[in-house]
Amino acid sequence: MTRPLVELEGLTVHFAMPRKSTLERGPGSVLQAVSDVSFSIAPGETLALVGESGCGKTTLARALVGLYPPARGAIRYKGTDLLAMSARERKHTRRAIQMIFQDPYESLNPRLPVSEVITEPLVIHGIGGRAERALRARELIHLVGLPQDALNRYPHQFSGGQRQRIAIARALGPAPELMVADEPLSALDVSIQSQILNLMGQLRDQHRLSLLFISHDLAVVHHLADRVAVMYLGRIVEIAPRAELYDTPSHPYSRALIDAIPRVGQGRRSRGRSIPGDLPSPLNPPAGCAFHPRCPKAQPVCRNEAPVLAPVATRPLQFAACHFKE
Amino acid sequence: MLRFILSRLVQSLVVLLVMSFVIYGLIGLMPGDPIDVMVNSNPGYTAADVARLRAQYGLDQPLLARYWHWLVAASGLNFGYSRTYQQPVLAIMLPALLQTAKLVLIAFAVFSTLAVTLGVIASLYRGTIVDRAINLLAFAGISIPVFFLALILIYLFAVRLGWFPASGMFTIGGPQSFADSAKYYVLPVLTLTAAFGGSFTRFTRASMVEVLRMDYIRTARAKGAGPTRIVLKHALRNALIPVVTVLALSFGSLMGGVLITETMFAQRGMGKLIFEAILGNDFNLALMGLLFATSATLFSNLLADIAYAWLDPRISLT
Repeated sequence: MTRPLVELEGLTVHFAMPRKSTLERGPGSVLQAVSDVSFSIAPGETLALVGESGCGKTTLARALVGLYPPARGAIRYKGTDLLAMSARERKHTRRAIQMIFQDPYESLNPRLPVSEVITEPLVIHGIGGRAERALRARELIHLVGLPQDALNRYPHQFSGGQRQRIAIARALGPAPELMVADEPLSALDVSIQSQILNLMGQLRDQHRLSLLFISHDLAVVHHLADRVAVMYLGRIVEIAPRAELYDTPSHPYSRALIDAIPRVGQGRRSRGRSIPGDLPSPLNPPAGCAFHPRCPKAQPVCRNEAPVLAPVATRPLQFAACHFKE
Repeated sequence: MLRFILSRLVQSLVVLLVMSFVIYGLIGLMPGDPIDVMVNSNPGYTAADVARLRAQYGLDQPLLARYWHWLVAASGLNFGYSRTYQQPVLAIMLPALLQTAKLVLIAFAVFSTLAVTLGVIASLYRGTIVDRAINLLAFAGISIPVFFLALILIYLFAVRLGWFPASGMFTIGGPQSFADSAKYYVLPVLTLTAAFGGSFTRFTRASMVEVLRMDYIRTARAKGAGPTRIVLKHALRNALIPVVTVLALSFGSLMGGVLITETMFAQRGMGKLIFEAILGNDFNLALMGLLFATSATLFSNLLADIAYAWLDPRISLT
């Protein structure tokens, strides 16, 4: 196997919750948004990260690009730990990991013309002179399928899909090796979603990008991903190549997610089964396997012992964290 | 943009016309007239003198007719004589206007710079002791009445410490240098800064806190932007949009503040001029002074609109 481009090992992200009243003593409670997550992404590989809202997907992505400091764990880029680097080295390495955000209406500064939105990362990372950057901006805007004069306009003059194209151009600017896309489609119209999805697939292939694609929609992920990681309450419960995950999901949660995909031609009654119960509060996660209160296969052992991520019997590339994996 | 400004100027002229009528009417409604003031100060006038003076000043005519005469003259840029100064109104007003403009502009520059700086610092250290200290200072400035603060400052810095003069505009018989007259501005500017800076500090802080939460700030951080770039380029430039608008609007109320400080510190500016003109029933002077205050407010409104469109690319003026 080739050396991974980016490797997470035991990544854990905490948020300290504010105390409810000033009378409360002692340390406030801690929200464990991401617990002990490990996976790697190979060069050119697309890993999809799926899970319900609030499971920690976004936190994981933001920690990966350096927006949140992890409490524990390592983020290795080509073998070196980002968190152990000097600030200067880290800044240089960050160039190689760029992020696209969920909401293109909010993620672009309304006071910056598009040309500045796109060239700013180049300025920050000291790439090229003024003329070169202007040239690069024209190249990038063309790459994402927008007209040249878009550069002189402001974000509010564009539609959601166009703005997400601008965000993609911005992220491509410093020639990253890994692109982290945090639900880049969820704020867009359905008709626009497929355009952006195709654009991202196309750019990934042209530029040999690795892609960490976060989504709550397994149907979307199916088009794009090489491998899929399923997250539940801050932990990876299953990670497997796409075909294995869709055809033979091992974890009951993955199975439930796949069963929940609506399918054409089966009528209203089989719109997909939903998972019973609500996502428990990450402030007070259930003991043992976090999924056990909602799991159809739960046994007493699930209540007491947390399962670890381990290969599934006959499929060495498929990993699941379950006492009763299929 | 140009069309917008032109149409606003025309609107402003209409407002000034209406205001001139209202002010003229209000002055006309004041008890007594200038002749009564003259008679009071010199009991030697006979009834015949009074009648002759009334006719001479046109005060025997009805209010509407008097207003019409003023308007016709004013449209030829003849704004009449000041009764108390025995000089054309403009000749009296211009030096006072210059004095007030100086004070207003200096105070404005000082308090807006200070308020924006403190507001940004407070927002960056939100919830800490720094934030609370700035808050306390801001609320103190908002709460203390201007005249009282002026007295406190005079007592402290002029009487007790003797650092700055208590009142006036320059040292009589002094060196007439810049440094000399600058000393006289310190306390009035300080008073106005305290009175106006507080609310703008709070306003800047609130606006910054809101902007710092925006998604595009996170985008900037993800780009790798350092704290200086994030605060100055991404946050402050957006946070200033509402602040600048309200700052521009404050020019009008600053005129009101100046009226008090000029009285407290005995400086001959517009505020004091208007105040004395009304007391002395010097109606030509009072009218022009008040019309000037009106145009200052109108102008600051126009300024606010232009600033808004200039700062925010999402706004276009038509």
